[in-house]
Parts: sequence; C-alpha cells; structure tokens
Amino acid sequence: MNDDQQLKPEPWLPSYDDPPPGHVSGSRLERVLRSGQFAVTAELNPPDSADPADVFEAARPLAEVADAINATDASGANCHMSSIGICSLLTRAGHGTIYQISCRDRNRIAIQGDVLGAAAMGVRNVLCLTGDGVGVGDQPGAKPVFDLDSLSLLRTIRTMRDEGTFLSGRRITRPPRMFLGAAENPCVPPLDWRPERLAKKVEAGADFIQTNYIFDVPVFERFMARVRDLGLERRVFILAGVGPLASARAARWMRSNVPGIHIPDAVIERIEKSAKPAEEGKRLCIELMQQIREIPGVAGVHVMAYRREHEVSEIVAESGVLKGRVPERRRTPVTK
Amino acid sequence: MYRVRLFAVRHSRAFEWLYARLESTMVALDPLFARIGYGRIERPIAAIERATKGLLFDCKMCGQCVLSSTGMSCPMNCPKQLRNGPCGGVRPGGYCEVKPQMRCVWVLAWDGAARMKDGSKVRDVQPPVDRRLEGSSSWLRVSREKAAGLREAREASRTTIAKAFPDARAHEPATAPLATEPAAAIKPGRDQ
Repeated sequence: MNDDQQLKPEPWLPSYDDPPPGHVSGSRLERVLRSGQFAVTAELNPPDSADPADVFEAARPLAEVADAINATDASGANCHMSSIGICSLLTRAGHGTIYQISCRDRNRIAIQGDVLGAAAMGVRNVLCLTGDGVGVGDQPGAKPVFDLDSLSLLRTIRTMRDEGTFLSGRRITRPPRMFLGAAENPCVPPLDWRPERLAKKVEAGADFIQTNYIFDVPVFERFMARVRDLGLERRVFILAGVGPLASARAARWMRSNVPGIHIPDAVIERIEKSAKPAEEGKRLCIELMQQIREIPGVAGVHVMAYRREHEVSEIVAESGVLKGRVPERRRTPVTK
Repeated sequence: MYRVRLFAVRHSRAFEWLYARLESTMVALDPLFARIGYGRIERPIAAIERATKGLLFDCKMCGQCVLSSTGMSCPMNCPKQLRNGPCGGVRPGGYCEVKPQMRCVWVLAWDGAARMKDGSKVRDVQPPVDRRLEGSSSWLRVSREKAAGLREAREASRTTIAKAFPDARAHEPATAPLATEPAAAIKPGRDQ
C-alpha cells in the first residue's frame, strides 16, 4: 500500500464505493491497521451546542495526529450533541471518524436505522458499546433501554454488513460498509475472564478493539499475554486506551465516580508528589504510550484527553508512536 | 432471594445435572403435552416455573432461559440486562457498577460456568431477548423445541431431499414435502 492511498480522505458524499480488496470498510483507520502501521485514535469532547463550528473547533487539536476521531455517544449518560451528528459533519470535512453507539438509549429498530444513516453520511467506523448506567449521568430519571448489549450489537451490524439483512431477515439493498469496533476493559474485574470476553467480542464480529484507560501496565501485560495465548491479536486490532491526568485530585475523582476506571495508588502518588502535576500527568501518559507500544499484539493507542484535548498532538508527537507519519490531510471545513 | 441465588451459582454443577434431568423428562413428556395441548398447560406450567425459578435464581421470566449457559446466574438480574456480560464497569471485588452492594451477575456467571461440566457454553454469543416471550414458560419452549428437533432427525431423509432440491420444493411443494405424512397417505410396503 503506498502513502498516497493511505492519505486519501474518508469517502465523500455522494459516492458509495466498494471497499478495496481485503477490507470491510476501506476507512483510513482500517487501511492504516491492515498495512501494519501503529494507529492513533483520539476521543472528541462533544459540544453542548448546535453550532457546527463548535464541532470543527473540538476536532482541530485531534485531527493532525489521529487516524480517526471518536465521537462519544452521551458518555457517562450525560447528554451532548449526538455521535451520528458529529461524525456526519467531520466525515464531510475529510476526517476519519468512529461512530460510537451505546445500547443504553436506543432499541434495535433505532440503532439499525442509524447505522444505515451513518454509512450513507460516509461514516466507516463504528464502536459498539453497552453504555454506562443512566444513574451516573445528568438525567438519572431516564428509562434505561439496553435492548441489545455490545455483543449482540456487534453481531447485528455484522449481519447487516456481511449478510445484507436486518436482524428481521429483511434485505438491505446496499449494506453498510463498517469497520466494527468494540471496547474492552483489561484492568477491572473479573481479570481472569477479560481475555475470554474479548474472544467473545471477536466471535461476535469485532474488527478492532479500543480499551478503557490503561494506567496499570503489569496488569495489561498479563492481559495481553493471555490474548496472545488465545491467538486473538491475529484476529483483531487492539488499540490501548491512554490519557493525561490533570492532578491527583482529578485522578481520585475519576477513580471513584467514573465507572470502570482503575488507577493504581502509585500512579496517583507520583502525580501528587510532583511540583507540576499537569506536566507530570502528560509525562506519565507519554511514558505509558511508549511502554504499551512495545507490548506484542498492540496495534495502536486510543487517546482520551478529556478537557485536555489541546495536549493531544504534543503528547502523540513526543511519544514518537507515529514515527513521523502524518495521519491527516484535512479539507477546510465548510461553514457558511 | 439474593442469598439463594448466590447458593445456586456456588452449586452450579449440581443444578446443571438437575436441569439436564428435568429437560429430558420434559422432552419425554412431549407426546402427552401435545395431546393435552401446549396452549392448555402453558399457564399452570409457567406458574410453577415462576415460583421455582423465582426462589432459586430470582428469575424474571424472560421466557428465553439461558441459565445453563450462564453458570446458573440469571442475566436478567443485571441492571443492564446484559445477555453477554460483564460490562466494563465492574467494581473492585467484583461488585456491580449500578448496584454497588450486589455481586456482578456476570462475574458470578463466569465463575459458575467454570464449575460446570459443560461450562464452555458461556462463550456462545447470545442473541437479544425477544420481549414478546416475557412471562411465558421457557421449560415448555425448550421441550417443544427439542422434541421437534428429534422428530426432524427421524425424518432426516425427507429433509435432505427438500434441501437438495430447493427450487422444486419452492415451486412445487408436493415434490419434496417437509410436513409429516399421515400413515394413510403412504402405500403399504413401498415405504422403507
């Protein structure tokens, strides 16, 4: 695969080309991963606004270093602009996007329709999530849906893509070309069963995995060793989740308030003892990326820098994981 | 009851054995059930099932029981009703993200499955729940399904012909019928 092909922007309306041979979607992320290069994805903080300029503004610090930008779907059960809206805007501006779907808010009818809609808008990557419970969010009185779970969602979209039918068996004339992603959380219980569950996600249809934050490298290494024993790293691309911690207080708050985050005491202590905690948090993130890159079977990193998006390009650049590669060739966003 | 439910998972292997016996009994009773009419026995059997499984597993009568594949830990007790868990929010010590005082249903499920003879079924990807079946008897559904499967196996030759000539069957169903033939329709001595 030559450089030119890799730098080709995401599909642009209204064409709906078939993916290149050996690919399921042809998204930039898929092409980078299949060509064996270390991929970088980054999470976008969705705006509480209806102005497209705010979306482009939020994407700007991520675009130059990320092969694809994740648009979260009401993460932590907090209401923000929808993932499908953000992905549609960014895809039209030439960015690679990852459309996140959480099973918390929509049933199978809504989700399957949205997948077709997203594909028509040029979105080529999708991340299938169960979603946090409604209780932790800003509207705890909402009805939790959970009609599907992350695995039945993966299988549903794979059926739409590969069999060309809805879950009901009805035919889809042009199936959605999607690179299917799933999440995994290697550092929380049940540690022994996490790799087995990853195997189940691969079985259900996952092409790539983005993990939750990894702050505990030894635990992650044990997870990856088991993953290699099961031969999973050859069947799925694993992107390890990383992010800068702003302060010891923020780290403690995250640990006790955000579901599924494991931060060892030693990590918090290191930031606490530092004279410049934010600087130390960034340093730590860079070191983690460099350690994680060396673990066999890791195909990339997923940077989640909540409210520290401005640091992402510096972190990625200093870590050297891109080895001088430039992921993004941007079009000028079209706003009025 | 939470404590009985934990007991059931601890003894998942014994319950697996019990369930296998129950299932073969139900399948053997299929001709009787069919004669009385499945529609007629649906409500009384569902009531018995609700009482028994409610006590043992905190059963929610989803109608599509997967206990044998989930270490005898009922997934409908998961606040997210995951059929393929656990989620990424499990708390230290294996407690639930949403109900912090409860052990994660799926941590129990994987542990329970590890104790079972046929525990590898926990690796199967389960489909989403068909909400229309809520409240109906899963036991009867399984025995009907299994009995139908056995009947189909007995009629394997007919099925093979039907599968081998799909077009003929679609256009002229009489050329490769799948339905059971009444004895009177078959010429004596010619069959088999």
